[in-house]
Amino acid sequence: MNQRPFNDNSYEQFLKEEKIMGSKCQKCGALAVPPRPICVSCFGSQLEWLEFQGGGKLAAFTSIVVAPPPMAKQGFGKNNPYVVGVVELNEGAKIVARITGVEAKKPEGIKVGTALKAEFIHSGEGPDQKTFLAFKPR
Amino acid sequence: MGKKKKLARGVAVVGGGLSKLGLFKDRNSKDFFAESYLEMLGSVDKGLDPKDIEAIYIGNFTNDFFVNQAHWGPIISDLVGHVPKPVTRTEGACASSALAFREGVFAIASGFYDVVLVGGLEQMSKRTTEEVAEGLGTAGSPYEVASGFTFPGVFGTIATAYFAKYGADRECLFNVTIKSHNNAPLNPKAQFPLTIRDFMNARIERCRQKGEPIPGWKEEKDFLRDIAVNPPIAWPMHLFDCCPISDGASCLLLVAEDIAKRFTDDPIYVAGTGQGSGYSLHATKDMTSFEATRAAAREAYDMSGLTPAEVQFSEVHDCFSIAEIIHLEDLGFFKPGEGNKATAEGLTRLDGPKPINTSGGLKSKGHPVGATGIAQLYEVWLQLRGRAGKRQIPNRNLRIGGAHNLGGTGGTCTFTILERR
Repeated sequence: MNQRPFNDNSYEQFLKEEKIMGSKCQKCGALAVPPRPICVSCFGSQLEWLEFQGGGKLAAFTSIVVAPPPMAKQGFGKNNPYVVGVVELNEGAKIVARITGVEAKKPEGIKVGTALKAEFIHSGEGPDQKTFLAFKPR
Repeated sequence: MGKKKKLARGVAVVGGGLSKLGLFKDRNSKDFFAESYLEMLGSVDKGLDPKDIEAIYIGNFTNDFFVNQAHWGPIISDLVGHVPKPVTRTEGACASSALAFREGVFAIASGFYDVVLVGGLEQMSKRTTEEVAEGLGTAGSPYEVASGFTFPGVFGTIATAYFAKYGADRECLFNVTIKSHNNAPLNPKAQFPLTIRDFMNARIERCRQKGEPIPGWKEEKDFLRDIAVNPPIAWPMHLFDCCPISDGASCLLLVAEDIAKRFTDDPIYVAGTGQGSGYSLHATKDMTSFEATRAAAREAYDMSGLTPAEVQFSEVHDCFSIAEIIHLEDLGFFKPGEGNKATAEGLTRLDGPKPINTSGGLKSKGHPVGATGIAQLYEVWLQLRGRAGKRQIPNRNLRIGGAHNLGGTGGTCTFTILERR
């Protein structure tokens, strides 16, 4: 796995394998997920892969009622809103993802700071197969 | 590195124009630009020979998608009779024309040109709302789009971070909306020249005519709490937290400071210009602040030698209600966490000590994305010259105004300070 380039494609490939993989700068230790080819803290390019364990807490979120076409195709929209948010991972980096297992129709009850754990949602088949990262309350 | 930023030669605004904003499906971007250009020609106090314009910079986000036409530069030079002069299109999402302004300023400051036309345009009405949302979405971060975020969704997310950090709630955003809609009826170019009270009265009248139950709203906030008239879009952003889809065009005439008095006895000078870039949402350290705005503000304040307190009024990029509150803090007008309180106390009203979005802002004036940056600067130029009509700021000693423009979800931000000497 060390041979994979530090880019979005590798990140998505790892998601299919149910792993959240980011980069760690060997020089300054800065983390990035999805991975980055260049460390934006020290400009270093000596990087290593780091597997994130999938635990974290909800840093911010929204419940989307007016859905964009790709989400509307999955049945989301006015009568079926969905939650997405920013999750602060236990290792320190933040990531955007779907948030499941919360009441999308009652967003006022969703609390920033809620402890979450990752899950992997697989959709499509063959070359269209894609894996989405989601988090649900622990 | 560390060198003080300044223009090698001063630049002045001596003319401007803005088309009426709204949805005009039976017109096109050329019509809007011609409207703003003709107003600009008429606005130059001592007259302009159009032949004196040496170059054009034109901001447009994505008419490529909205009307299937790219390469707007030569269409505009052809339209207004400036072929074969150089014309350059700039793109910075919703900050596209603020970038055109900045390039025009630099072109003059470098000494290369003396007279430059800068402008912006966008036509969004020919697509459905869903298509427009998809088009605008291309200015978002790929990670956010892939997770299902929309633009209102990103700003809704930012709002929940702000609420959690500062203990505010959705109701504090109502003050931004009410203030914006109080200014718009005073602006003849506004898309929604209606106060929230006007919306309430219109709805009550409709219920009366249809024999439906009359809503029991007592004040504007009751109307904004009612999801029948203010439905959710992306929590906590509801309809009245979001700017509309709009068509329009804007332009300004820039000239070298040393020849400005040839055009008018009342030129408005560029005191400061700044621009910054920002990370995607997940990579920002603090979601309650736009790093690109702070960088742009630093640059503009450094260049001008002015402080936030000296900027007497400003247009800020209120694409969503929460955005205005954050900009007030990032631009240094109020301390972090106090933008919402300042708004609630009325400090940003037209008659307050720091008027914000006297034009009505994006929310009620309209937001034809590529035209917005220069539309904001046009408002500041009008105010500084005392020509803003019914919405003229009551302060008689108006000297310094700002315009803050944001592109995408904060990836590109500019801050410009204009000054009357």
